[in-house]
Amino acid sequence: MWQLLKGARLVDPSQGIDELKDLLIEKGRVAAILKPGEKAADAKIIELDGMIITPGLVDIHTHLREPGYEYKETIATGAQAAVSGGFTSIACMANTDPVNDSPAVTEYILERAKQADLCRVYPVGAISKGLKGEELAEIASLAERGCVGFSDDGKPVMDANLMRRAIEYAKAFDRVVISHPEDLNLTAGGVMNENPVSTELGLAGVPTAAEEVMVAREIILAGLTGGKVHLAHLSTKGSVDLVRKAKQRGVKISCETCPHYFSLTEAAVKESGYNPNTKVNPPLRSVEDKEAIIAALADGTIDAIASDHAPHNLAEKEVEFIIASSGISGIETSLALGLKLVKEKKIKLIRLIELMSLNPAQIIGIEAGTLKPSAPADITVIDPELKWTVSAKNFRSLGKNTPFDGMELLGRAIKVFVGGKHIKSDQG
Amino acid sequence: MPKKKKVMDSDAIRRALLRVAHEILERNKGVGSLVLIGIRRGGEQIAVRLGKIIEEIEGKPVPCGFMDITMYRDDLYHLRVQPEVHKTEVNFPIEDKVVILVDDVLFTGRTIRAAMDSVIDLGRPREIQLAVLIDRGHREFPIRADFVGRNIPTARTDLVQAALDPEGKKDKVEVIETEEAKEKE
Amino acid sequence: MKLSVKSLLGLRDLSREEIEFILGQSESFKEINYRPIKKVPTLRGKTIINLFFEPSTRTKTSFEIAGKRLSADVVNFSASQSSITKGETLADTAKNLEAMKPDLLVVRAQASGVPELLSRLVSTPIINAGDGFHEHPTQGLLDLFTVREHKRKIEGLKIAIVGDIRHSRVARSDIYGFSKLGASVTVVGPATMIPPGIEELGCQVSYHIEPVIPESDVIMMLRIQMERGSGKFFPSQREYSRFYGMSLSKLANAKKDVLIMHPGPVNRGVELSPEVADGPFSVILDQVENGVAVRMALLYLFSGGQDVATA
Repeated sequence: MWQLLKGARLVDPSQGIDELKDLLIEKGRVAAILKPGEKAADAKIIELDGMIITPGLVDIHTHLREPGYEYKETIATGAQAAVSGGFTSIACMANTDPVNDSPAVTEYILERAKQADLCRVYPVGAISKGLKGEELAEIASLAERGCVGFSDDGKPVMDANLMRRAIEYAKAFDRVVISHPEDLNLTAGGVMNENPVSTELGLAGVPTAAEEVMVAREIILAGLTGGKVHLAHLSTKGSVDLVRKAKQRGVKISCETCPHYFSLTEAAVKESGYNPNTKVNPPLRSVEDKEAIIAALADGTIDAIASDHAPHNLAEKEVEFIIASSGISGIETSLALGLKLVKEKKIKLIRLIELMSLNPAQIIGIEAGTLKPSAPADITVIDPELKWTVSAKNFRSLGKNTPFDGMELLGRAIKVFVGGKHIKSDQG
Repeated sequence: MPKKKKVMDSDAIRRALLRVAHEILERNKGVGSLVLIGIRRGGEQIAVRLGKIIEEIEGKPVPCGFMDITMYRDDLYHLRVQPEVHKTEVNFPIEDKVVILVDDVLFTGRTIRAAMDSVIDLGRPREIQLAVLIDRGHREFPIRADFVGRNIPTARTDLVQAALDPEGKKDKVEVIETEEAKEKE
Repeated sequence: MKLSVKSLLGLRDLSREEIEFILGQSESFKEINYRPIKKVPTLRGKTIINLFFEPSTRTKTSFEIAGKRLSADVVNFSASQSSITKGETLADTAKNLEAMKPDLLVVRAQASGVPELLSRLVSTPIINAGDGFHEHPTQGLLDLFTVREHKRKIEGLKIAIVGDIRHSRVARSDIYGFSKLGASVTVVGPATMIPPGIEELGCQVSYHIEPVIPESDVIMMLRIQMERGSGKFFPSQREYSRFYGMSLSKLANAKKDVLIMHPGPVNRGVELSPEVADGPFSVILDQVENGVAVRMALLYLFSGGQDVATA
């Protein structure tokens, strides 16, 4: 009944804690935070010397592909991959088949997640019916059934008026609207960042303007409607500059970036010899953009790190670059790439946990991201000294598409607890 | 230290070529249908000289061309790197002509085999005859020269190098003893 | 000369010396095309597969003739446009072919990067016959050969390349080739058709054709693809040919010995008026002739012996 997590360093940004503390859990909730070595009668002791424990990590941007694309991933395999990556809660996007634009599909997702019984899965409903960008989806019914937010992600909502109405409508249900900020007309069939490298390689380029134009639009719409707007996968300097200024003006808006935007640049496309595992939307950007993203992570402009976990079947990736599917199967490397930033002293560990747990939880409005007494006992245990090599073929995800294959990383989640229950994964 | 021996000097070469030219004319009863084709790159100079001598003797020029046989070699499959090819310049018809193939050193006979295949691809000659400055023995194919400047017995592993300069002053033929066999280019 | 690359993926990878060596070898092979028996036994017993993912009659025929004149066995494999329509991945196609033990693969693709991807999957040497809008190295080499034939040297010449530079693999290969051999290259076209950072490949940019003509020794006209360009990159064919097409009147100020070139096929009346295409400055047919010679040299150089050392 009682469990005592002993000997670890507790990092909880919600309480400003970053020191050795023991954690007492009871009935699936945090009972108390104790001084190291304090006795707790009758508690099952879990020795975690040298480890770091944090509120369970929350990934608010994943694609679980089920229903409809089970050959790429299922909710069960996606959840298993999430647990392997150290996550206790994930939100999954609506671009399935059928699209999650009706309560029946939401129900189905929740049911499958319950059967998997691994991490918590929160569906994000569609903004528009069928993701067509024409008519609003049944936002109220979806919210009632369990959607934590709304997004046409995979695609932008090109019609500004529709986006405005969606944000206003969702406001009444206190739900966040997540924008995939991309002007498709500016993208115009581009497959990598537009710059001299794309010219040299002979690939059509996507200008940073394609993202920034929409970021600017969503900021203005957020101000106009007063609703809750979140910008997905920001990748450029221009984007974070716009968000920074908007926040300074007092606009209510949040945003995220993905590990590949602070770890890789467009050079990866050339260096890998057109390897489609470097193809992602938005594309890998310039060195300047990468530096700006890292700075924005440090100074608070960016609120969250999300993986944009996009598993694909090999048949869709081992093809010509221009027709390969975009996306990186990233949930299993997300944390370690974040720890790399900490190691390189770009951000502090407590800030990383804020970006990967507290803030994402607040953005989608779930009870997570904190280990205050009585909070659900969702806990991630990290071994900061564990050296490991990324091996795509050993991923728990069905998606083996990663540009990080073979990379040596330091630090990994070895255990997760969801509601006090230890969820098994490869690592523990 | 490989031993080097000079076996012919400028005068010896000059006399040999003079005799060869006379022999060619005697056997073929004049310039008539003769054409000279020097095999690149060792046979080029010799073909040019023979051509000049023949013209001096008969008062009539004889057509002279050069042929690269790299594309016809029988050892291309065994080499690490494709050997450099050179141009073939035979700018006259060889139909029904007597082609005198000219080379500096006759050794295994493989070069001449390749040269004959190359000649036949250029046209149908009446006859092919072979004139060489040096015959060093060690034939691997049934090939023989019709006109020989000098016969020089050599060991299989020796290198025989003929160096002819355009002025004709510093010509020489040398035999070099080596440890390993090297393919003549 | 041992080349530093096992496969010819682009002129970006070749040094000046290597390019000059290839041009020299091409001269020797050109002579064969004038013989009554246009065949030498050099590549006898070698299997060359023309793996064309994008249809092309001219380049394919040129490679086929080149291979056959060297006595190689040339096989044409026309894959469908993309591997996805077949349901077979690129890797599968390549490995299946490799299992048939070809000595050389000549690859053309609509997608940039396919020859490079294939070269990492199979051990057979590959010659890039044009990939997407990345490079068309054999075209670049035959262009260099043609100019050298007429002008004796490349060093110091002024080359203009006119057209849809953005989508042109020929332009990129020509820029690399000509600038490596000491010529100066200017690309000309509507601003929408000049891709970002093209100068870094080794050229200058002009949005107007008239000022560039008088000082040019060579003017390379590129094919405009109506389907691709019209509407978004330029408004109409009429406007394009008025401002960027080549006509005799535009050539009034050109050098007397200027060369007009074109990789073919020519859109008569669009990028070239018929008078220019058939006129005294045009060496377009020489390009086609030299294409066979250059490709013979390349097939020879890239299908080495049994134990070809990899770079």
